[in-house]
Amino acid sequence: MPPIPGSGLAKGLAVTLRTMTKKTVTAQYPDAQPELPPRSRGVIGLFEENCTVCMLCARECPDWCIYIDSHKETIPAAAPGGRERSRNVLDRFAIDFSLCMYCGICIEVCPFDALFWSPEFEYAETDIHELTHERDKLRDWMWTVPAPPALDPAAEEPKEIAAARKAAEKLAAAEAAPAAPEAEEGPA
Amino acid sequence: MNDALDVALRLLVVFAVFLVLPLVIGQTEHKVMAHMQGRLGPMYAGGFHGWAQLVADGVKFAQKEDVVPADADRRVFQLAPAVALLPYLLVLVAIPVGPSEGAVGQVVDAGIFFVLAVMGVGVLGSLMAGWASANKFSLLGGLRTAAQLLAYELPMLLAAASVAMAAGTVSLPGILNAFEWWWLPWQIVGALVFFIAGLAELQRPPFDMPVADSEIIFGAYTEYTGLRFALFLLAEYAGIVVLCGLTTVLFLGGWHGPFGTDGLGWVWTLLKTALLAFVVIWLRVSYPRLREDQLQKLAWTTLIPLALAQIALTGIVKVAIS
Repeated sequence: MPPIPGSGLAKGLAVTLRTMTKKTVTAQYPDAQPELPPRSRGVIGLFEENCTVCMLCARECPDWCIYIDSHKETIPAAAPGGRERSRNVLDRFAIDFSLCMYCGICIEVCPFDALFWSPEFEYAETDIHELTHERDKLRDWMWTVPAPPALDPAAEEPKEIAAARKAAEKLAAAEAAPAAPEAEEGPA
Repeated sequence: MNDALDVALRLLVVFAVFLVLPLVIGQTEHKVMAHMQGRLGPMYAGGFHGWAQLVADGVKFAQKEDVVPADADRRVFQLAPAVALLPYLLVLVAIPVGPSEGAVGQVVDAGIFFVLAVMGVGVLGSLMAGWASANKFSLLGGLRTAAQLLAYELPMLLAAASVAMAAGTVSLPGILNAFEWWWLPWQIVGALVFFIAGLAELQRPPFDMPVADSEIIFGAYTEYTGLRFALFLLAEYAGIVVLCGLTTVLFLGGWHGPFGTDGLGWVWTLLKTALLAFVVIWLRVSYPRLREDQLQKLAWTTLIPLALAQIALTGIVKVAIS
């Protein structure tokens, strides 16, 4: 059956009228905070206790927005007659958010889990130079980093847990194997 | 002395209505349009759901610099907003709101003629603005306005003529006095033609080709700023008030209603006008803009034949009754 002439016009009117009766989707942002999805890419937080000043993040950053300064310290030998150790101490860690393009490569590349995505996003400044945030601010943002979301119900086991479980099973098997022949001998 | 006071009072009331109703419709448009698009619309100005948004807009417009382009025809350019706005005020004077003598600004014997003629003058403001701006977009907008005026004035007049034939009078209160409920189905085609042609004359979407902002910036109003621009906008909303009021009076029975007509007639008029204004906004939200050739085609091949058919029907029924 061909459509009735003008039914399209009526349909258009119906759509707008129906939308009017529904709840609006407007988020009244400054009055109500948005509900951000887990792993939102807001800013980059620094967990500076984990940082070893390996500089991988600064070197991998595509637009060179990470500034790192450090100096070397010598730790006296732990035991008498031992060798002195040296380590790097972080002096400055800053990210220039006017350059950062939120690619997340620094977070991916960090081998010591010192960088994290934080969902924090309200850090506008009136001067572009003030967008270079220093380590205190980056450390403060660490507190806003949420716990990682739980795995999906049917997801694969995390690698760390799988490795630990395998090791534990191997150990249990090793302990059980020598015990078995002893048990056979015992009653005989 | 008493007469002078009476006239002054009536004019004052009409003027107040003229200032308030367009703003109410404008605010309604903000809100209805927003909700039809799943938004909230203005929420801040005035505190409660942005009720003072248009007041804030007015203040903003008043603060802006009044620029007249160097090559513009100064006098005509500055006069155009007044020409666009004032006719609607004049029309409002003649629209009867209630059955009593006090409920109309001024009873005009040839009411329909007066009203339609003066409404046509309003469009001249756009033509003047388009021609005087010395801007090619303004000129294009002005010419499109002219083409639209030519095309849609005719079906509007024909539809109004049909009502005048039915009532046997051209006075607006006279038409309402003669109104019977069965005129509604009888004149329904004429009502649709009148309303659609009126929308086109006001250049409201979906008939906003003359101001099509995506192709000719803002048509005839491109060069306007500040208060003069605000006057053009106000003229558009005053036009909605007038068009809806006229449609109510001519086709929907004005102050007649199923109950409570004694003393409460003006409520019916306002209610019907408000409903039509809602439809105007609704149409704007729902439909895309018609192309220039589609506009002309709709007027000449659909609306005019329909209006003529309505006149024929009116004539036949009129003769059959008498």
